[in-house]
Amino acid sequence: MPRHQPATPAKQHIRPMPVGWWLKRTSYFLFMMRELTCVFVGGYALFLLMLVARIGEPDAFAALLEHPGSLVFHVLALPFVLYHTITWFNVTPKALVIYRGEEKVNPVIIAGANYVGWIVVSVALIWIAWIAIGSA
Amino acid sequence: MELLTHDILIVGGGGAGLRAAIAIGEENPKLSVGVVSKVYPMRSHTVSAEGGAAAVIKPNDSIENHIYDTISGADWLADQDVVETFVNQAPEEMIQLEHWGCPWSREPDGSVAVRPFGGMKIERTWFAADKTGFHMLHALFQTALKYDNITRYDECFATKLLVHDGRCLGVTALELQTGQLLPIAGKAVILCTGGGGRIFPFTTNAAIKNGDGMALAYRAGVALKDMEFVQYHPTGLPGTGILITEASRGEGGILLNKDGRRYLQDYDLGEPFDVTSPEHPRKRTMELGPRDRLSQAFELERQKGLTLKGEYGDYVHLDVTHMGQKKINKKIPFVRELCRNYVGIDPVHEFIPVRPVIHYMMGGVHTNVDGETPMPGLYAAGECACGSLNGANRLGSNSLTELLVFGARAARAAVKYTESLGDFPQSELLAQAQDEQARIRERYFKPGDGKGKESIAAIRTAMNDTMEDGAGIYRTDESLRKTSEILRELKERAKNVELADHSLSFNTELTAALELEYMLDIAESLAHSALARTESRGSHQRTDHPQRDDDNFLKHSLAYQTDGDPRIEYLDVVITKWPPGERVYGSK
Amino acid sequence: MAASNTTTSNAVVTMDVFRYEPDASELPRMQRYTVPFREDWVVLDALNHIKDEIDGTLSFRWSCRMGVCGSCGMMVNGEPRLTCNSFLRDYYPNPIRVEPLSYFPVIRDLIINLDHFLDKLEEVKAWLIPAEDRELSEGEYRQSPAQLAQYKQFSMCINCMLCYAACPAYGHHSEFIGPAALALAQRYNMDSRDGASDERADVIFSEEGIWDCTFVGECARVCPKNVDPASAIQQAKVEATKDFFKSVLVPWGKRQQPAESR
Ligand SMILES: Cc1cc2nc3c(=O)[nH]c(=O)nc-3n(C[C@H](O)[C@H](O)[C@H](O)COP(=O)(O)OP(=O)(O)OC[C@H]3O[C@@H](n4cnc5c(N)ncnc54)[C@H](O)[C@@H]3O)c2cc1C
Ligand code: SF4
Ligand code: FES
Repeated sequence: MPRHQPATPAKQHIRPMPVGWWLKRTSYFLFMMRELTCVFVGGYALFLLMLVARIGEPDAFAALLEHPGSLVFHVLALPFVLYHTITWFNVTPKALVIYRGEEKVNPVIIAGANYVGWIVVSVALIWIAWIAIGSA
Repeated sequence: MELLTHDILIVGGGGAGLRAAIAIGEENPKLSVGVVSKVYPMRSHTVSAEGGAAAVIKPNDSIENHIYDTISGADWLADQDVVETFVNQAPEEMIQLEHWGCPWSREPDGSVAVRPFGGMKIERTWFAADKTGFHMLHALFQTALKYDNITRYDECFATKLLVHDGRCLGVTALELQTGQLLPIAGKAVILCTGGGGRIFPFTTNAAIKNGDGMALAYRAGVALKDMEFVQYHPTGLPGTGILITEASRGEGGILLNKDGRRYLQDYDLGEPFDVTSPEHPRKRTMELGPRDRLSQAFELERQKGLTLKGEYGDYVHLDVTHMGQKKINKKIPFVRELCRNYVGIDPVHEFIPVRPVIHYMMGGVHTNVDGETPMPGLYAAGECACGSLNGANRLGSNSLTELLVFGARAARAAVKYTESLGDFPQSELLAQAQDEQARIRERYFKPGDGKGKESIAAIRTAMNDTMEDGAGIYRTDESLRKTSEILRELKERAKNVELADHSLSFNTELTAALELEYMLDIAESLAHSALARTESRGSHQRTDHPQRDDDNFLKHSLAYQTDGDPRIEYLDVVITKWPPGERVYGSK
Repeated sequence: MAASNTTTSNAVVTMDVFRYEPDASELPRMQRYTVPFREDWVVLDALNHIKDEIDGTLSFRWSCRMGVCGSCGMMVNGEPRLTCNSFLRDYYPNPIRVEPLSYFPVIRDLIINLDHFLDKLEEVKAWLIPAEDRELSEGEYRQSPAQLAQYKQFSMCINCMLCYAACPAYGHHSEFIGPAALALAQRYNMDSRDGASDERADVIFSEEGIWDCTFVGECARVCPKNVDPASAIQQAKVEATKDFFKSVLVPWGKRQQPAESR
C-alpha cells in the first residue's frame, strides 16, 4: 500500500546519538560491556581449539595449560566468560518458548534448567578429575 | 496546487474505511483508491472497541433472532429491510475477517467462540478477548497493506467536500506535516469518519471523534438523520469516561447501588438470578438489558438518592469479583488493566465504580442500504453514517459488524457508480480548493486585532456542558430550547477564535479549531432534532412526552442546514414483517 | 479516581518540554511550563492543560487516552512512555522532562516521523498468507486455543514505537527493521493459519532484519503491552540458524521461493 508523500518534504530535526549514550542506562552499559569483552570469549574458544590440537600429545597439552601466559589469560577471561554465559542462559527462555496448552512454561524454569545443567556438568567434571588425579 | 486524483476516495481509515478500501481492492484491483485519514489508520477509534462483534454463527441461533433483537432494540425505528440485509451478510463478513487473520477467541474445538451481550436473546458476539476492535482494526490495516492500488494519505485532515454539478468529486485535505491544502479528487467519495461523542463532556470516545464527516456532508446540503438518538453506555469510569465493556456483564458482572442491591430489578428488567446460578447471566434481562434502559435506570436511581457520590459525580458499582482471577484474566484482561491503571483498584477483589457515559451516535449522514447518500457520488459507512440499522438504540456489538457489512456494501456500490464516469472537471475543482485555502488563510492566519479573542477550549467546554445539561439522558422542551440557544451563541463566539499558532508544520491548534466548528454544527442538528421529536423512544427520552408515539413519530428525522436553525423533515420507517410492538426485557 | 480525593489544591508541577518549530527556527529548545498538580492526572493531561490554557502552539499526538491507540509515546524523563499512562504522581515533586521519542526524526515539537516503520511492516509482509485457501462458505479456519496462544502475545502490538526509542541498534542504524515490525512478522509466522514464513524469511533474516539485533533487551522492558519483541527476534534467530544448517547440510531441503503472492 503506497503512501502519499509531500511534494516538498517538511524540514525534520534529526538528533544524533549522543557520544556517551551507552553510559545513560545500565542495560546499554551491560550491552557495551558484552560487545567489548566478546574477544575474551573468542580467545577462549581459540584456546580450547589449541588444546584439542594437542590431544594426542600429553606433554604439549600440559605445557600449554601450565604456561604462565595461559594462567593470566584464564584469570582475565573467566569473569567475562561467566558474564556471557549468564547472559546466554538468561536469553534461552526468550529463544525457546515452550507452551503447555495455552500456558507458557515459566521462563525461570527454562533458564533454571540451564543453570542446573551447568552445575551437574561441573560437578561431574570435578568428580572425574578427582578420580583421575586419585588414580594417577 | 495540483489536483490529485483517484477513482474512489475514502475519508477515514477506521474499520469502515479500511473495509471499504479492501473491498475495492478485491472487486477491481485496477481502480485507484485513496484513503485520507487525519490519524494513521491504526490509531482510528475502532481500536478502542472492546467487547465484540455480533453475527449469527452457532447452530442454536438464527437469523430471525438477530433481526428481532436488533429491531426491538432499536425501538422499531430501524428500517427492517436494512436490518435483514445486515444480519444476513454479517456472518460472511466476520468469517472473511477471520480469513484475514483476526485472532478471534476460540472454543476448545477450534471454532470461534461467542459471548452474550446486552439486548441479545442468544450469545452471538464474536470477540478477541476484550480487545476486539483493536484486533479487527489491525487485521484490516495489515491486510490492506498488501494492496498496491490503495494509496494512504496519513495525517491529512479533510476540510471540505468538492461538489460540482450536484456530484461529490473529492475533498480538500490539510496535509498536517507541511500545512499544505491538498485537492484530492475521487469519482466517488465514501465518508467513514466515525462518530462525534466529543460534543459531550463525558464520553468513551477518543479525542478524534468530532463528527467531521457528518459536518462535511451537512454543510454540503446532505441531511443528517436521526441525530437525536445518542447512546449512553451504562458503564464508564467516572472522570476519564474510559469504557468498561459490556462483556464484563456478558461474562456475569452485576450492577449494585449504594446498598448493594441489584437495582435493575426495580426497573422492569426482570428478576435477578444469583451469580452462582447456572442461569446467570440471563440474556435480555437485568444486566443484559439494552443500554438505553440501563442508563435510564441509573438516572432514576440517582434521583432516588440510591447511587454513590464521588468527586466526578454519582456512580454505582460493577461487581465482577465472583468471576475470579482466572476467568477475568482470560475473558476481560483489558478491563483489569484499565481499572488498575486508571482507578487504582483490582476488579478481582474490588468493585468498579461506573456511571453512564456518552458512547455512540445512532444518527449520521443519511444513507440507504448501499451507503448511498442523496448526493450522487457521496457515500457513507460506519458510525458517521445512518443507514437506519440502529434506530433509536444500537445493540452493543452490532456496530463493529456494521463497519464491515456497510463498508463493503458502500464500496461495491461506489465501484458500480464510477464505471460510467468520465474525466474530472479539473479547473472547477481546483478553483474550489483555492477558495477553501483562501477561507482558511483568511479566517485563521490573519494576525488578529486582539479584540474579542476567544479560546477554543472555553467554547468547547461550554458546548460540552450545555449538551449534557439540555440533551442528556432525559430531555425536555425547555432544556433543549436553552441548549439550542446557547449553541447559537457559541457559534457566534467561535467566529472570534484567534490562533496563537500561525505555523504550517503540524498545526494542531488549527485542527482543533476546525474540529470545534464541526462539533458545533452537529451539536446544533442534534439539539433541534431532539426538540422536534415530541415523544420518547429508545435513547431519546422526553420527560414532557414520556410515551412512544407511533402515529406521529414512527419516522426518521432529517436535519438540513440552513442559514438559521436547521430544518427538520421526516421520512417513514420501513416496516416489513415486524410490526411495532412493546419492548420487553425480563419477564412481564 | 480513588486516589483523586487527595488532590493537593495549590501544588504545581514543572514541565520541561522539547520544542521544535521548523517554521521559526532550525534548532530545538526546551520550554518550561508550570501546571497544576493533580493526583489523577497523567502526563498527557498536563500537556493538554498546557495546550488549552497556557500555550496553544504546543503540538503532540494523542487520541484514545486509554493506552490502546499508540499515538502518545514520548520520552518522559528519558524513558519511552505512553503519556496517557504515566501519572504525574509518580514524578512529583520533581520536574518532568518531555521529549519526542528518541532516534526518530522530529516533525514538530513532540511529533516524530514514523513512516519508515509502516514501510517496514509492509516489507515483512505482516498479514496473513493462508497455508491453504478456504472459501467463505466453508466457514472459519479451525484454530485451537493453544494454537492461538502461540502468537497471541505478538499480536498485541499497538505500534507505539516505544521499543524503537529504546533500541540503540535502531539508533545507530535506522534501516534496522526493528522490534515491533519483526514481532509482527513473527506473529504471522507462528499463526497456525499462515503458510508463508518462507516468503518472509529473506527480509527477516537479512542484515537489516534480526541480525541487526544485538540483544540489549530494552524493547521488551519498555513495551507497554508486554509484547516481548526481544523474544520474537530470538525465536526468529533460532529459526534462521536452523534454516542455515538445513541449507548447508541438506541443500535439496532449501526453502522454496513461492510464486509471486503478494
Ligand atoms: C470505547 C468504545 C468501545 C466500543 N466497543 C464496541 C464493541 O465492543 N462492539 C461494537 O460493535 N462497537 C463498539 N464500539 C463502537 C464502535 O467501535 C465504533 O462505532 C466504530 O469503531 C466506528 O468505526 P468507524 O470506522 O466508523 O470510525 P473510526 O474508527 O472512528 O474511524 C474514523 C476515521 O475517520 C478519520 N477521520 C475523521 N475525521 C477526519 C477528517 N476530518 N479528515 C480525515 N480523516 C478523518 C479518522 O482519522 C479515522 O481514521 C465501541 C466504541 C467505543 C467508543
Ligand atoms: S512491541 Fe510494544 S513497544 Fe514496540 S511498538 Fe509494539 S506495543 Fe509498542
Ligand atoms: S492516547 Fe492512545 S495510547 Fe495514549
